[in-house]
Amino acid sequence: MPITSPEKYWWKPADKEEKIWISIALLWCLVLTIMMPLMHLIGTQNPSVNPMKIRPQDYRTVSEAFIEKYKVGEEQGIPVVEPPDGADVYLRAQMWTWTPILKLKKGVNYKFHISSVDLMHGFSLMPLVMNFQVVPGHDNILNMTPTSAGTFHIICNEFCGIGHHTMVGKIIVS
Amino acid sequence: MASELVFRTCPITGKKVYAVTQNLIWINAVTAVVFILVGGIMAFLVGMTRWPAVHLLPADLFYRFLTAHGLNMLIFWIIFFEIAGLYFGSSVLLNSRLAAPKVAWLAYILMLVGAVLVDIMVFTGKADVMFSSYVPLQADPKYYLGIILFAVGALIGCGIFFGTLAIAKAEKTYEGSVPLVTFGLAAAAIIAVFTLACGAIIYIPTFLWSLGLITNLDPGVYRLIFWGMGHSSQQINVTAMVSIWYLLGALTVGAKPVNEKICRSAFFLYILFINLASEHHLLTDPTLSPYHKMVNTSYFMYLAVLASMIHALAIPMMVEVAQRKKGFTKGLFEWLTKAPWGEPGFPAMIFSLFIFGFIGGITGVVYGTEQLSIKSHNTWAMTGHFHATVVGGTTLAFMGLTYYVIPLIFRRELIGKKLAVVQPYIFGIGIILIALGMGGAGTLGSPRRHWDITFAQSVIPFSFDPAVIFFTTIAAIGVLTAVTGGAMYVGVSVLSVFFGRKMAANEAKLL
Ligand SMILES: [Cu+2]
Repeated sequence: MPITSPEKYWWKPADKEEKIWISIALLWCLVLTIMMPLMHLIGTQNPSVNPMKIRPQDYRTVSEAFIEKYKVGEEQGIPVVEPPDGADVYLRAQMWTWTPILKLKKGVNYKFHISSVDLMHGFSLMPLVMNFQVVPGHDNILNMTPTSAGTFHIICNEFCGIGHHTMVGKIIVS
Repeated sequence: MASELVFRTCPITGKKVYAVTQNLIWINAVTAVVFILVGGIMAFLVGMTRWPAVHLLPADLFYRFLTAHGLNMLIFWIIFFEIAGLYFGSSVLLNSRLAAPKVAWLAYILMLVGAVLVDIMVFTGKADVMFSSYVPLQADPKYYLGIILFAVGALIGCGIFFGTLAIAKAEKTYEGSVPLVTFGLAAAAIIAVFTLACGAIIYIPTFLWSLGLITNLDPGVYRLIFWGMGHSSQQINVTAMVSIWYLLGALTVGAKPVNEKICRSAFFLYILFINLASEHHLLTDPTLSPYHKMVNTSYFMYLAVLASMIHALAIPMMVEVAQRKKGFTKGLFEWLTKAPWGEPGFPAMIFSLFIFGFIGGITGVVYGTEQLSIKSHNTWAMTGHFHATVVGGTTLAFMGLTYYVIPLIFRRELIGKKLAVVQPYIFGIGIILIALGMGGAGTLGSPRRHWDITFAQSVIPFSFDPAVIFFTTIAAIGVLTAVTGGAMYVGVSVLSVFFGRKMAANEAKLL
């Protein structure tokens, strides 16, 4: 019984069935173990850029400069920004907006810098459902290439206070 | 001192049950049930708010009650029950007196004061920070103090467990090796020490930060160490739950492990590798390097998975062997169809194993890969995953065990046996619906910890695929079902513990 001490010599060889099962399980675990680095090398969707630290106040400064430089309009008080091809793109999370609204081009690679100037936020690109943690003090750097045109939304999926559920941003790809 | 040595002999198992141990198991288990009641009421309110058709609570109360739900269920209910389990696994199963019962009472009081302090802070709106309380989101210092007191109490409880193991060995209260269930619980307690150490490393500076004594607390580092505690505490739950599966197998069909070596080695793998899996919470974080993430998602994680795969064979196997010995040998599955499905412990064990393994385990392995974490991180699918593991798995196993602890340890006959028999079915089905509903909606992008998935108050309008509402409705039906099952559990266990017929000293009836 599992509630009583086992017999004196319990270190016994496994039965055939047990050996088969454990071998299959181990083999499967090894396949998965190899798949992880392999997918990282041959896969195309990886969170694979080395992250950097950036102080929230510094991030605010660079993201404001980015908006200033490439602003093309405004929508409901939120700046609309169209960066040139291949530019570094700054997407700032703060309670409870994603600033700015971005206009991007299909097929062009952009280097995203996503960070927060206050609390933790969650970048969730809809309807593609691609999610990244946004941490104040850290720059989440992602190489992204839009592969289809249309309007995409960013919702916040990390609790960031009482207005968390109103935090929606926008990316327009043409 | 003499009162510490008073014991009775259990007429069913022949084990010595010391009066002090019995009282400590009683108080910890009853307190656990009080917290599942609080957490369950929160579950109902939060679940009915997530459902757009009802949308019950205003936003501030939703986030507050969601915080309370997480803490009362994931921490207070489960850990109080586990401490009761540790005292059972050491003192009762080893026929030993409990080490330092007075210190064990101190541990209980620390945990209770901590838990009550946390609940007061949360319910008075001074800690709307969610279970994870990510800095720089700040709660009242007393909130962090409450968590620290609770953790210290739990750590002392683990110490009592190890002390009792040492006493039992020194006083030779058992022969040879410890029973498998005790071995599994020891693995859980070792993991608990690591977990609580991480808790201390992160909550003590956070407490000082909330007092203004520290100004620099890196949110990225907080997440890393918080999950060293937050995820590892789920590994305590896994390990304790698997031990309870073995225990329920013994209590319901008299099953005995087919190969002790295999089972114990699998527990040993948990101790070595399971904590390293905690970092999968950070796969989309901007703090770890790609190389670090790659190593973490590969062999570290899968050696812990291997241990679960071994238990997943060993437990049904021991049940099958026990049933076949009883003569249920017809065809491939007579052992299973003729199993005691009308006894609460058996369906609780099977549902727990099924929900944990097939829903919780598979989603966990899938979402724990680097690339699919991008698709699932912080979505409601994650919530679905851990409801399958912690609620469908751990909580359901604990519920099943309760129906045996009441006659065995508390010597009371169950009130409402018929309810107890259907309870695991209702609760299990509820959790399956919750996990599938959350999983479906989350896969389509529905976020976790979100008051309004229709985004009615957003400046930039956005709406989901209508299928999200469909899956949310499934989850809501699951919430109603599971809450019903939970209420049945609380009702049966509280009534039985306080008003059940007291059993005679030699009465050997289990159910
Ligand atoms: Cu946010």
